[in-house]
Amino acid sequence: MSEIQLQIDGKEVKAKEGMTLLEAAQNAGIFIPTLCHHEKLEPFGGCRFCIVEVEVNGWTKLVVSCVYPVEENIIVRTRSEKVDRIRKTIIELLMAHAPDSPQLQDLAQEYGAVRDRFEKDASFCIHCGLCVRYCAEVAKKNAIGFVGRGINKEISFIPEIAAKECNNCKECFPLCPTSYLQAAFVLVEALAFPSPSSKPEPEE
Amino acid sequence: MEIDKIDQIIDKHHGEASSLLQILLDIQSENSWLTKEALGRVSEKLNVPLNRIQHIVTFYKAFSLVPKGRHQVHICVGTACHVRGATRILDTVEEATGIKPGETDLDLKFSLETVNCLGCCALGPVMEVDGKVHGKMSPVKTAEVLKMTVS
Repeated sequence: MSEIQLQIDGKEVKAKEGMTLLEAAQNAGIFIPTLCHHEKLEPFGGCRFCIVEVEVNGWTKLVVSCVYPVEENIIVRTRSEKVDRIRKTIIELLMAHAPDSPQLQDLAQEYGAVRDRFEKDASFCIHCGLCVRYCAEVAKKNAIGFVGRGINKEISFIPEIAAKECNNCKECFPLCPTSYLQAAFVLVEALAFPSPSSKPEPEE
Repeated sequence: MEIDKIDQIIDKHHGEASSLLQILLDIQSENSWLTKEALGRVSEKLNVPLNRIQHIVTFYKAFSLVPKGRHQVHICVGTACHVRGATRILDTVEEATGIKPGETDLDLKFSLETVNCLGCCALGPVMEVDGKVHGKMSPVKTAEVLKMTVS
């Protein structure tokens, strides 16, 4: 495989063909913040938080580094003014969904994002897809998936599979950046196996 | 819907996972909605995980996971029909059938749906009943069409 030479934040970096920008940066010890990325999983490009500025022949463009393959002689800037502004907006938008996620709060502080810029629509899920992809790709259980689309998109456990598999696995819980996932599971569990006390009283 | 019928549809598409969407559409048009058993069977036969199928059937509006009525009523509420009084048509249908858009009545007679354009704006306001387009509707005409559909 041929080697590719590129520049990230002023540092000359060598990368293999087919690598993503994010991987190349990580190998060179350059940090790019991510939310939906996980090294064991296929790139998803869902959160757009790893956005960087790429300069090719003097033209700059904004690309999502976790799904952008490395190219010869490109100049990458991971913390330009433009990039920071976009990341700030992304955080603000995500915080409309999950205002109390510690991970988002840390990033908000770093990028100066305002927590209450957008009206709250606290669904608690930021659609990073980590749980869905982990379950499909690593755990290979397919117990959880997305349902709906657009503003109605949400994660949903398949009760039949979840009842069998999830109690012994739960490996997806720590992946969730907002901890919404755990709540969703608890809810499904509660609905699938109602405890005797929560059952409605039989009518006399 | 019987398992045999589903298997037949799957076999027609050679049981290929790449034909998933077409298989689901065929089942949908055969049965007018997708039962849980049907989805389970398709998942089993095509070796496609259920969460993927669930993602797909909830993504496309063409699929229904709840029973549909025998008569499908679509009211156009696109811009042209809207300015020509689609809301009055919708109100008439709602009153006659007792259901709101997206719902089906209890004896599975009607399913009501609003759509955004049926592609014949010159005929607005337009309503579509079981695939047949009725143009230039008035509340009176709407009631007549509904009455004719049932009889």
